[in-house]
Amino acid sequence: MLRIENLQAGIEGKVILKGINLEIKPGEVHAIMGPNGAGKSTLASVLAGRPDYTITAGTVEFDGKDLLDLSPEARAGEGLFLSFQYPVEIPGLTTTNFIKTAVNEVRKYRGQEALDAVSFLKMMKEKMALMEMEQPMLSRSLNEGFSGGEKKRNEIFQMAMLQPKLAILDETDSGLDIDAIRIVANGVNKLRSKDNAVLAITHYQRLLDYLVPDFVHVLYNGRIVKSGTKELALELEERGYDFIKSELQQEEAVS
Amino acid sequence: MNNTTYFQEQFDKLQQADNSKGLTAVRKEAFRDFNRMGIPTTRNEEWKYTRISSLFNKEYQLAAVNTALTAADINAFRLPGYETANELVFINGIYSPAFSVVRSKGITVQPLEEAAENEYKAIVAEHFNHSKDYVEDGINALNTSFIHGGIFVHVQQKQVVEHPVYIYNITDARTTPVLSQPRSLVHMGVQSQVQITETYATIGNTESITNQVMEIMVEQDAILSYYKIQNDASHASQVSTTHIRQTGKSVVNTVTISLNGSIVRNNLHAVLEAPYAEAHLYGLYFQQGNSHIDNHTVVDNAVPNCLSNELYKGILDDNATGVFNGKVFVRKDAQKTNAFQSNKNILLSDAASVNTKPQLEIFADDVKCSHGCTVGSLDEEALFYLRSRGIPYKAAMALLLQGFAMDILEKIQAPAIRAHVEELIIQRLTTV
Repeated sequence: MLRIENLQAGIEGKVILKGINLEIKPGEVHAIMGPNGAGKSTLASVLAGRPDYTITAGTVEFDGKDLLDLSPEARAGEGLFLSFQYPVEIPGLTTTNFIKTAVNEVRKYRGQEALDAVSFLKMMKEKMALMEMEQPMLSRSLNEGFSGGEKKRNEIFQMAMLQPKLAILDETDSGLDIDAIRIVANGVNKLRSKDNAVLAITHYQRLLDYLVPDFVHVLYNGRIVKSGTKELALELEERGYDFIKSELQQEEAVS
Repeated sequence: MNNTTYFQEQFDKLQQADNSKGLTAVRKEAFRDFNRMGIPTTRNEEWKYTRISSLFNKEYQLAAVNTALTAADINAFRLPGYETANELVFINGIYSPAFSVVRSKGITVQPLEEAAENEYKAIVAEHFNHSKDYVEDGINALNTSFIHGGIFVHVQQKQVVEHPVYIYNITDARTTPVLSQPRSLVHMGVQSQVQITETYATIGNTESITNQVMEIMVEQDAILSYYKIQNDASHASQVSTTHIRQTGKSVVNTVTISLNGSIVRNNLHAVLEAPYAEAHLYGLYFQQGNSHIDNHTVVDNAVPNCLSNELYKGILDDNATGVFNGKVFVRKDAQKTNAFQSNKNILLSDAASVNTKPQLEIFADDVKCSHGCTVGSLDEEALFYLRSRGIPYKAAMALLLQGFAMDILEKIQAPAIRAHVEELIIQRLTTV
């Protein structure tokens, strides 16, 4: 579904990603972990098409298409979703109006008819229940005055509404208490199927207790330096990122 | 001073033709003021960023007596809900009883010169031309110099006027450039309530000017909602002075929506003369092309315990230019004044610009006053957020701008007018 090859990218002349290789297949959950400044959020941003970044080398193929050649809106249309680390507050635009526009634009992109009011409401009710959200929250301005937990729940609610093939969760657990993490992770879990995939970017193991990954990758200094299964996440939690660093140093010394 | 002899000729003509005794003396004095001050230039601090002098380099037809306008011409400009509204129509600055309809009891409309002589004499004497103390330029005096066909609107005490009042300022500029100078004085009696919406329309392609003065006096416990919609032709300019004097504890809500015109200058004054009087001044301007919008507001707190709340928001595209100047006076005795002011702007192009200036003059020491202004471009992060959800660039931009405008639109409490303005904004958004 997603194939990243030798991806190199940066911002304002600074190189951050120094050659990423990663393949994600339908049905899989991948986790990317790593210390601050390793390039985790840059990877998420580059995949979603944030305009500030420059790609200097490499390719990203998403369902057979050249992802890097698509506008952010076209990537969403193709089925890519980014849950923002810092969801943006937009005064004057209600969540309902926003998500209705988004759903119908994505449908338009996919050559589907716009949802009628009844089907839209039905779908919205269902997804609200999934995320334990109440109507008043959706009638408010998008994310405005929302707590950290509410913002992240709203992100996963949007994911549920847009039904992406690949969901990238950028530090969705950061700043959340344990109840909020549970709600968010349960939401994601219920949306999982054999046809879609999740890429969870996280600093801590906590989220992965709920969202059990098939693969764990360690991103360090712009490269994936170690990959493994969920046990790797536990090891990282226990030993910290320093053990990776010392391992790398040893490897360098040997070579 | 431009055009001195032309104005003098026209003035003499009017003085002879309309010699109603209440007004000839007023006009004479005003014309003297006009000649002394002239059309303001950019050297006048209040007109620093708005250049209107060049507009007066040509001869305008003043007070067209006979235009061939028909009801059908006016239909094009009627506001939604007009079927049940009180409609007051000015053609080239002259009130037209034939095109106007007054439906509500509790509201009467009569020629200004008659009111100056009849039972309203005292009110007219006290409140008419009060605005001149707040604008030190010849443009206000020019309106007064040529007062003709103005109206006095009386809202009876204890009357909640059930139908809204729609005022159409129509300029027929099909054959020659016109200077329209509508003039009105509105008196709201105690405990009365009325909703007024004003709009401006120029028919024809010659460059025309509307120089309007409206004075409104609001008595104890009265509630005024006043909406102004400016979406005139791109070759039409206007100076619109709305002077509201609150002589009793009363509530005034104004929303000024400016969407088009060549040069548009608004002077909006709220003079709070009674404790606990409340004035809310809201504005939204959304200009494109070469249009220029200037909102000058004055809130004058003369007595203690008044409240004013002011929020103006602007979107400027293409080569459009904007000016916001918000003056707040808090006089020595006006303790416990609450006065808030904010002006926020979004520039959509590199060539668009805005000059914004809060101006607080506070002489009391126990007050709560705040002001602030921002000028920026569209939030890139917000744009990316919407696009990442599949919303194309243009549509995302439109949603953000609509959201930006929303808190002003929400202040329009008349559903039909609000829907109308929202529709105009949505149309405009398809063109950015």
